Amino acid sequence: MAYDYQPFEFTPPPGLTANEPRHKVVIVGAGPIGLAAALELARHDVPSVVVDDNNVVSIGSRAICWSKRSLEIFDRLGIAERMLAKGVTWKVGRTYHGAEEVFNFDLLPEDGHKMPAFINLQQYYVEQYLVEAAQQSPLIDLRFKNKVTDLSQTADSAQVEIETPDGAYTLAADYLLACDGAGSPIRKMMGLEFDGELFEDRFLIADIEMEADFPSERRFWFEPEFHEGQSALLHRQPDNIYRIDLQLGWDADPDHEKKPEVVIPRIERVVGHSDFRLDWVSVYTFQCRRLERFVHDRVIFVGDSAHVVSPFGARGGNGGMQDVDNLGWKLAAVVRGGDTGLLETYDSERQIATDENIANSTRATKFMTPDDGIERLFRDQTLTLAKTAGFARGWVNSGRLSRPCAYPNVAPDDGRLPEISHPGLVAPDAPQGDGWLMDHFRDVTVMAIGCAPEGAFVPELNEHMQRRYLGEADSCIYLVRPDQVIAARWVSADSQTIAAAKDALMRGQL
Amino acid sequence: MTLVTEPNLQDHDGFYADLLSVHKGLSEAESHALNARLILILANHIGDLAVLKKALELARKS
Ligand SMILES: Cc1cc2nc3c(=O)[nH]c(=O)nc-3n(C[C@H](O)[C@H](O)[C@H](O)COP(=O)(O)OP(=O)(O)OC[C@H]3O[C@@H](n4cnc5c(N)ncnc54)[C@H](O)[C@@H]3O)c2cc1C
Repeated sequence: MAYDYQPFEFTPPPGLTANEPRHKVVIVGAGPIGLAAALELARHDVPSVVVDDNNVVSIGSRAICWSKRSLEIFDRLGIAERMLAKGVTWKVGRTYHGAEEVFNFDLLPEDGHKMPAFINLQQYYVEQYLVEAAQQSPLIDLRFKNKVTDLSQTADSAQVEIETPDGAYTLAADYLLACDGAGSPIRKMMGLEFDGELFEDRFLIADIEMEADFPSERRFWFEPEFHEGQSALLHRQPDNIYRIDLQLGWDADPDHEKKPEVVIPRIERVVGHSDFRLDWVSVYTFQCRRLERFVHDRVIFVGDSAHVVSPFGARGGNGGMQDVDNLGWKLAAVVRGGDTGLLETYDSERQIATDENIANSTRATKFMTPDDGIERLFRDQTLTLAKTAGFARGWVNSGRLSRPCAYPNVAPDDGRLPEISHPGLVAPDAPQGDGWLMDHFRDVTVMAIGCAPEGAFVPELNEHMQRRYLGEADSCIYLVRPDQVIAARWVSADSQTIAAAKDALMRGQL
Repeated sequence: MTLVTEPNLQDHDGFYADLLSVHKGLSEAESHALNARLILILANHIGDLAVLKKALELARKS
């Protein structure tokens, strides 16, 4: 069944009749990133106004693969259960060359985590759940059919002009989050460069509805028999919808390729029959681009407005969710008068993450769409070798799926503690009684095992905790950020040392 | 480990001959393909990014 788009209501905003007081935060864009940012700020008691020029959720499924890390973030925002209930859970990916499988991966080989490696769920569902959660929050003022047309800044605020069906008005805020997507009008209003690379290839992206029993796995083909010389990707989504990506080549004419009479025969060759309904079709050219900086005084770029990547690896939406994760607690602290150095760390940490996402997406895209000549030679020979030499299988690159970035912070650490819970990494989850460790990390948290500094959370020690946090040591203390990233750790530390680290953290110096 | 640039292969003349003969009868395109596979195989065998980077630099500079 096709998704039933229900338009959200336009309510004339107060600014049309009287000047609105200056807001703490205005968020431009109610895509997944703007909505998630509003909910994350609300979780930290910061109110916001969210404006969007549109009044329906994402047209087309767009982001369908949501990573474990995104699910952990969505869980804090209160919608992960709905996502899991609706979504298709998967963790295995298979890559084929022709008809032969050359490589497979299991993204979550270990148990003891609340969230699965990935679920597939159409972006329109995610946005619907986020909108409903936002509408229930007294701290979020969500305004549809409110289009930003102009922007200016003073030393301590940002101002936007907004057009609505009932007229125009002005909004001012301490901080403005530009979550206005890949084509970001705000970026353009500020005249900022969006540098990077365009890949000279075109991909057909189609959602089809059919009764089928394909396993819940990601399947990628290089040079499949059903789509000669090109590549193809198949993903299962809820509601019997399947996503099919087909590489078309640079010369393909997008308008022609989108015609049902052209698309349908292509899909018939993929699935082997014609018993399906075409749900959504689009033709894309992929790009990897980023802003040089994400924080521009009172305007902060988050999500696709700050960076775009080609989709192989699902690093677009998931990368944006990690921006939200990183920014939320920092902005909340700054809005309350905290150290603006924290926003500098949003900028620097997310730049590192962006470069990592861009590097991974670029490499995968190059492997899939090599230039003629030496690029294609090495690509083809890697595929050839993969049939006979074990090592080359892992070199076959059909996308390296989104993982959270390891922030290279210089922090107190102790080499006796396990590598997987190193400072800068997201704290690994583990079971805790009937619940999960992640649920305990909602604010700055000191966690201690084998000792009990004042105010510390002392978790249940089980085999997962032992392996992920204690290792060979007799005791450990972890300082965990509100975004569940490990800030510092010790085998033992006095309360002054811990307090000093906390203080440095809140000044953006850890 | 650092990249070895001093003589390191005992029967280098023998290897050189083998290298030529493995290409025997191949078209130029097939030879390029073989060379590409050979590079991938050797790179994996060396297994040391720092050494490989030095090798790439040396090859490019020459
Ligand atoms: C085909 C495809 C497949 C993808 N697959 C994946 C995937 O599997 N996993 C993944 O993680 N990511 C994926 N992505 C990427 C993902 O869709 C984006 O990264 C994500 O939508 C970014 O969210 P956003 O909120 O930053 O921007 P958007 O979703 O683009 O939202 C921006 C919002 O801003 C609003 N807006 C724009 N201008 C104004 C204005 N002037 N005034 C007010 N509002 C405005 C828009 O109406 C829109 O609602 C895919 C993308 C595509 C195209």
